[in-house]
Amino acid sequence: MSAPVHAIPVDFERQRAVCAALRAFMPEHGVLFEREDVTPYECDGLSAYRQVPMVVVLPENEEQVCAILETCYALRVPVTARGTGTGLSGGALPLGNGVLLSMAKLMKIVALDPLARTARVQPGVRNLSISEAAAPHGLYYAPDPSSQIACSIGGNVAENSGGVHCLKYGLTVHNVLKLRVATIEGEIIEVGGGGLDAAGYDLLALMTGSEGLLGVVTEITVKLLPRPECAQVVLAAFDDVATAGQAVANVIAAGIIPAGMEMMDQPAILAVEPFVNAGYPTDAAGILLCESDGTREEVADEISRIERIMEDSGAHLVRVSRDESERLRFWAGRKAAFPAVGRLSPDYYCMDGTIPRKRLAEVLRGITEMEKKYELRCANVFHAGDGNLHPLILYDANDRRQLQNAEDFGAEILKLCIDVGGTITGEHGVGVEKIDSMCVQFNSAELETFHALKHAFDEHALLNPGKAVPTLHRCAEFGRMHVHSGAEKFPELPRF
Amino acid sequence: MSDPVTQFADAIRSAADGKRPLNIRGGGSKTFYGNPTIGETLDVTTYRGIIEYEPTELVITARAGTPLADIEAAMREQGQMLGFEPPHFGGNATLGGCIAAGLSGPRRPYAGSARDFVLGLRLLDGRGSDLHFGGQVMKNVAGYDVSRLITGSLGTLGVILEVSLKALPLPPSELTLCREQTQCEALALMNEWAGKPLPITATCHVDGRMYVRLAGATPAVHSALAKLGGETLADGATFWRELRDQRHAFFAGESPLWRVSLPSIAPELQLSGAQLIEWGGALRWLRSDSDAMSIRKAARNGDGHATRFRGGDPRSGAFHPLPSPMLKLHKRVKQAMDPAGIFNPGRLYTDF
Repeated sequence: MSAPVHAIPVDFERQRAVCAALRAFMPEHGVLFEREDVTPYECDGLSAYRQVPMVVVLPENEEQVCAILETCYALRVPVTARGTGTGLSGGALPLGNGVLLSMAKLMKIVALDPLARTARVQPGVRNLSISEAAAPHGLYYAPDPSSQIACSIGGNVAENSGGVHCLKYGLTVHNVLKLRVATIEGEIIEVGGGGLDAAGYDLLALMTGSEGLLGVVTEITVKLLPRPECAQVVLAAFDDVATAGQAVANVIAAGIIPAGMEMMDQPAILAVEPFVNAGYPTDAAGILLCESDGTREEVADEISRIERIMEDSGAHLVRVSRDESERLRFWAGRKAAFPAVGRLSPDYYCMDGTIPRKRLAEVLRGITEMEKKYELRCANVFHAGDGNLHPLILYDANDRRQLQNAEDFGAEILKLCIDVGGTITGEHGVGVEKIDSMCVQFNSAELETFHALKHAFDEHALLNPGKAVPTLHRCAEFGRMHVHSGAEKFPELPRF
Repeated sequence: MSDPVTQFADAIRSAADGKRPLNIRGGGSKTFYGNPTIGETLDVTTYRGIIEYEPTELVITARAGTPLADIEAAMREQGQMLGFEPPHFGGNATLGGCIAAGLSGPRRPYAGSARDFVLGLRLLDGRGSDLHFGGQVMKNVAGYDVSRLITGSLGTLGVILEVSLKALPLPPSELTLCREQTQCEALALMNEWAGKPLPITATCHVDGRMYVRLAGATPAVHSALAKLGGETLADGATFWRELRDQRHAFFAGESPLWRVSLPSIAPELQLSGAQLIEWGGALRWLRSDSDAMSIRKAARNGDGHATRFRGGDPRSGAFHPLPSPMLKLHKRVKQAMDPAGIFNPGRLYTDF
């Protein structure tokens, strides 16, 4: 939100030295340093944080990536890797004294094997283009973050991205088989394997979601799944969100794992309906979209059961998509939720907490209280199947007080998510945005474990420093600002 | 008498101070797996019991010493199961051992592995610090994924105290079809069918026969059976349970048992000895007296790895050797979690 990184004046001597070293093996157009050339890289999808990088480098192959890292390691220059810059937590925010390593030119689908159901791709390949390439074989890549038309698979690995089908098909970590990773020393390691497992520690899991702090991914082998024969969606409307929450539990209790299960509250419905005419009832306190996919027999069986459960759970309206175009229309509203909310207000702040589903009503009540406290409105969309809540706080960034209130509102929501047994981020990552909230979720011994693991991969802390894991010192400072949450967490640290 | 966690933490601190190794032990059903280790036994079976199980949240949390059988019984009562179908290898198998070994059963390629189902865990590291990673929710990307790193690390990184796992519903209907098929034909069919939307949840080829488990909504299972063809096996459930726990006749006898993990489309392994194929072709069990070098070379050439699972020459090491940058990284990860090097030294690799 408010940029916490102070603009560092460019150290021109250092910049010249770094550029010269990189140009020893990089073509001239692959190393950028002029202000107007590097400014487009000053932020990612979290545009409230901006910092112009010292140098931008655009490798075109793995050898160049390794050589760049080796050079940065030798010169002790910090490196931030970037995919297509759609991340929502500032994970690709550059450093003023660092190199921004853009992976966007590595965008080849190297191999696609329909029989093995795998695709070997470079990190700059867009998420959706993998599914497009696989479509002629009746296959697709399952994780579908909402930014899938633009986001890169390398960024998905760095953030362990999700999407609306996670409950049934998993996150990125469940759909990646192997990675080629360049270490900060410029060495290539392979994690994962050609089969379904690999010898030694599961570094594939550790690397996935590590936000560019442990290595730079240069090639990804993903798993492809058979495209389901068909899909249908049930739209159910409820008079209050607690009842809708109970309906979700009832579906799960009936032994159904829906392909997608989304909830929207009334403010979100009211934002969306005039925008896309999805057919949502605007008088409902909340609606559920529950999708079934699979073979025709499976879908027919599951949809009729879901329909009955929704009715028995107290839905005042239940509709089943009659055909593919209606199914897509029902989804169009949910998929347009963010831009629709964006029309209501100059700015919105998207949160990403995950909670145990049974605490939903309580959390939504808490958010309603906070709306009064911070004098800001909030619309909620919810990946109801897996408990991932996206409150969208509406504010005006030009109003300093509103900006501050939105930030405090967001932090209080995250604290509430932790208090009910959840987490501060389900799929967007910590980045710079939620780094202080990490001090609330983890104690100092846990944070020290993260730092020790980081040290194992990157002893000089050159890979994306300052992201994802706060220093204990930062947490101590944060604790002083937020006495309730932090004071007892870091008693062993000196205060000054 | 202090509580078990305090006792474990005290034992760890004292062992770390004196650099004395600890041999972490659950039910002891998988002591054959991995390399022999040394050290004083740290028995975690005293720390047992299900802590929380909410079927509608699809999450079960239990202490490491809880018998796996207890967890599965509690889940079955609620119409749920552990989706990775963990092998037991004996009645004493515990949850802690199951996650430390990280092994998965026949359902693995179709539902996911042990680590895929781990949502979070609590452990004691080599300093005796009590740490929580992950949680009890389906999506959580705060901090590195330490819980999944711990899964399959054979107790070399910490003492697992509690684990939260994702639950799956039991399929309403299940049947096993069986066809006469050569290994080559079976491999082709397993891969071809895996690319189609079919409700397959397990596959196996042994002794010239191919077995396929279909599970899901009853009409879907019957329609798939009609599509694929073959005779149905009278007691399919027993077949898969015996396969999972290696009580199938293939696993009897003394000749060394190798576990070869390969891409599912890898051709038949050209090695002497009987083979059993699982996981849609991605797992090949081999009974062979061939030397470790040639088995590992064949696995490596096929872009896979080979584990000496039971028996054979202990000098060859249980697990596939790591390339040197990976070995270096493994040692550093070990150092990060267990600086004094006291947990199960040598169990995974003799170097750490």
